[in-house]
Amino acid sequence: MNALFRTLALGAIAAASATQASAGALTLESWRTDDKALWDTVLLPAFTKAHPGITVKFLPTASPEYNSVVSARLASGSAGDIIACRPFDVSLDLYKKGRLDKLNGDPVLANFPDAAKVAWQTDDGRDTYCVPVASVIHGFFYNKKVFADLGLKPPATEPEFFAALDKVKAAGKVVPLALGTADQWDTSQVVFTGIGPNYWKGEEGRKALIEGKAKFTDPQFVAVWQTMTKWPAYMAKGYQAQTYGDSQTLFASGKAAVFPAGSWDIAFFQKEGGLDFGAFPPPVRKAGDPCYISDHADIGMGINSASKNKADAKVFLDWIGSQEFAELYTNKATGFFSLSKFPIDVQNPVAKQMVGWRAQCKSTIRLNAQVMSRGEPSMENELWNVNSQVLNLKMTPQAAAARIEGGYEKWHKTAP
Amino acid sequence: MKQKSGWHVLVFLAPAVLVYTAFSAWPLLATLRLSLYGTDDTGAVSFAGLANFHRLLFEDHWFGAFRNAMVNNLEFFAINSLVQNPIALLLAALLSLRGVRGATAYRTVLFLPTLLSVVIIGFTWQLILSPLWGVTEKLMTAIGLGDWFGPWLGQESTALTTVSLISVWQFVGIPMMLIYAALIAIPDEIVEAAAVEGAGPWRIFWQIRLPLILPTLGLVNILTFVGNFNAFDLIYAVKGALAGPNFSTDLLGTLFYRTFFGYQSEMGSATMGAALATLKILVILVGVGLYFFAIQRRLQRFAL
Amino acid sequence: MSQISTPARRAAGIGRAALVHLTLGGYSLLVLFPIVLVLLNSFKTRQGIFDDPLGLPTALTLTLSGYAKVMGDAAMGHMFLNSAIVTGVALAAILLLGAMAAWGLTEYGFRGNRLLSLFLAFGIMVPIRLGSVAILQTMVALNLVNTLTALVLVYIAQGLPLAVMILSEFMHQVPQELKDAARCDGVGEYRIFFQVVLPLIRPAIATVAVFTMVPIWNDLWFPLILAPSEETQTITLGVQQFIGQYATDWNGVLAALSLAVLPILVLYALFSRQLIRGITAGAVK
Repeated sequence: MNALFRTLALGAIAAASATQASAGALTLESWRTDDKALWDTVLLPAFTKAHPGITVKFLPTASPEYNSVVSARLASGSAGDIIACRPFDVSLDLYKKGRLDKLNGDPVLANFPDAAKVAWQTDDGRDTYCVPVASVIHGFFYNKKVFADLGLKPPATEPEFFAALDKVKAAGKVVPLALGTADQWDTSQVVFTGIGPNYWKGEEGRKALIEGKAKFTDPQFVAVWQTMTKWPAYMAKGYQAQTYGDSQTLFASGKAAVFPAGSWDIAFFQKEGGLDFGAFPPPVRKAGDPCYISDHADIGMGINSASKNKADAKVFLDWIGSQEFAELYTNKATGFFSLSKFPIDVQNPVAKQMVGWRAQCKSTIRLNAQVMSRGEPSMENELWNVNSQVLNLKMTPQAAAARIEGGYEKWHKTAP
Repeated sequence: MKQKSGWHVLVFLAPAVLVYTAFSAWPLLATLRLSLYGTDDTGAVSFAGLANFHRLLFEDHWFGAFRNAMVNNLEFFAINSLVQNPIALLLAALLSLRGVRGATAYRTVLFLPTLLSVVIIGFTWQLILSPLWGVTEKLMTAIGLGDWFGPWLGQESTALTTVSLISVWQFVGIPMMLIYAALIAIPDEIVEAAAVEGAGPWRIFWQIRLPLILPTLGLVNILTFVGNFNAFDLIYAVKGALAGPNFSTDLLGTLFYRTFFGYQSEMGSATMGAALATLKILVILVGVGLYFFAIQRRLQRFAL
Repeated sequence: MSQISTPARRAAGIGRAALVHLTLGGYSLLVLFPIVLVLLNSFKTRQGIFDDPLGLPTALTLTLSGYAKVMGDAAMGHMFLNSAIVTGVALAAILLLGAMAAWGLTEYGFRGNRLLSLFLAFGIMVPIRLGSVAILQTMVALNLVNTLTALVLVYIAQGLPLAVMILSEFMHQVPQELKDAARCDGVGEYRIFFQVVLPLIRPAIATVAVFTMVPIWNDLWFPLILAPSEETQTITLGVQQFIGQYATDWNGVLAALSLAVLPILVLYALFSRQLIRGITAGAVK
């Protein structure tokens, strides 16, 4: 079967060469349909100016389908030359299957800190297969007018956070917290991994889980779920059927006070116009605690190992790793922060605010992003499930912890 | 009585069989073959016999997911059979009556939902049922049933039923069309003869028209069964591939999609997916087979 | 119907008609309400949609930007054309090849007839998507990736099983005497098929046409993996660009999809008329 497939693939590549892009033309696959206008009108013209003779086509696929479609295309030899890489295990899997090229030794990789590269390296750190592009930061947005009217300032500690929400609820004019559980992913990727780091001390806690030194049933993790059970009191009626889009619309129309957010949403709320909003990092448990933020490596770019035009692809990737691109992307794709070492002047005020948290708080990636989602059952899907259920008040924090730990232990052996 | 064969038989059959085999049957069989293999990290496949099936049926995690999807699918089918098909029958029967004014307009309108893209259907029903934007709640309060409203799409107990009813709304046009075509194919003389003998419309329907369209009803049942067990698009559009809340809307189709192609960080496994697909096909075959032998055989096909 | 029309009978007749219209009309309302909602909201700004979903577009919320985006975009027009070509060609082929195969299976007894029927029926029970990767590999091998031909071939394979099954069902009802008479007159098999049988099963053909074309027109999956390039994008695929990772341009999506319904609505109206014509022409006799 394997030999047959290889023959078929090789034959296909040879046969398809006539229709593939000729030298000087590249195709870029990505899930960022939102960025199409940006790439077509700003980024790609900048690239073509720097490298005339190479034309790049940006061909996005909607995010929910991206992984499966690109995987199918790569398996059959019809994928583009440059592939936008999801962080950690998804791209690692592609690399292990031989779909992405090794990028070791590429000088442009020196522009990135190790913490960024780890999202696109093999476990032993030896091979890198994607150039890091951007990360996103999680926090909370708040409606400045609602806060001003009630005399509130952005909360720094949890007691302050709930006190503020109580005041908004008592005033009865807007929904305190714009969050729903219908789409599930936001309950996990924005809420749980956003407020959690303050409980499990960021990288410390995450690494302890991977090394087997801590368990999900330990108090610092259960406490996160415990806190989450306090949230539904401040969410809109019928939040179980509220989608992420609904939450965005609720906040954008000024009908909610606080929105658990990722930096990617800055552009959306500013585009809708008229909303004066600010951001505050996840509140610490008590005053004086060190703060942690979820600063998640989100996008990378690699080369399709079956590409016809690797020379030009390399040129493009080198440009992706350059300062010019870093500055352009950070400032134009608002809310996506370049992972490079270059000092970049972030112009957007809210984005600037969020990236400024890096100075006061310790950064960490999303809890289960590395290693932990590899086995059966998929911890990512399980987390989506339990986090929604905890917020729906259908599952106790203890049960949630037991389920995640149970699923984890099914396949994960602690390091000897 | 069937005619003898000749070259013309080949001409009639060959094009369809060729295209079907090359682009449907063979790819399907190639995929199903995968169910007997296992993959490792590098994607290499090696023969694994029935190991995948063993995992599916005996490993807690897999069997739990499979059983959940099966039960949900059966419920989905039950609702469709009990709601969609009787409604379709009623509408088709009414439309096929003589002298119904505006029948053409009605037929077009009633068939509209089937023409729509699943994206539109998902959007509009989520909007209508949303507790935030208040369309359903407002309407129910207006007729005094406000207390009965809930975030149905977001509650485990009601999500599947709600999605099933949306599916009924979407597809009622198809059985309706089929039954309608069968009803109007009944020659007028038979109906007129009965009317002359003094039978009222009810009797005509139950004792003459209905029995004559039983084969079509059987076809409709089978199509409903198969369609429901392959359902995917609507759930995907309304609840996403993870089919929440808590997998209460997970059908065999969505389970297959996640298993075969992967979802988010969950890597797809073509071999496990193929095993799941094989089981699904077996379920469908058994269901259809049972139906055929138990019921369809007994129905006479009336040659008119 | 020659019946003496007494006042009682007339009243009963009107009562019956009222019930009929009540039922049909009532259900029609249920059908139209969500659709009208979509149409209304395709003319509103995003804010307008969610502020007052049931409301008509007001001066403040009225926007044609969605439609402007869709209609002013030459690429969109091209996508409509692609969808039309793929759906049209595939449909024609399915009807022709399907009818031919149905005729071959129902009319002629030959060894393996039963088996062939079952083989074809297999395709109804198993969604063709299961074979996606193998199909994609075949298309790559045949150099057909990013061509409309690939889509047409796959859709023909997808639509044939159901078409054959339904057409077979209706072909069984064609009276044997007609066929025998034609044969006695020395008419060839092909002529019998095209000139005697096909016209008789027009309602069935129209029916099959109607619900075969819809899944093709609205399909997202195969254009996504077989023909995603800009030249070959279909309208359903093209609309996806309005669906962002985090924020969806509902204005654009609704406008595009509302327009996308029109071609198949027209086709449906056409086929519906065929259905009627087949009946009133004294279909069976």
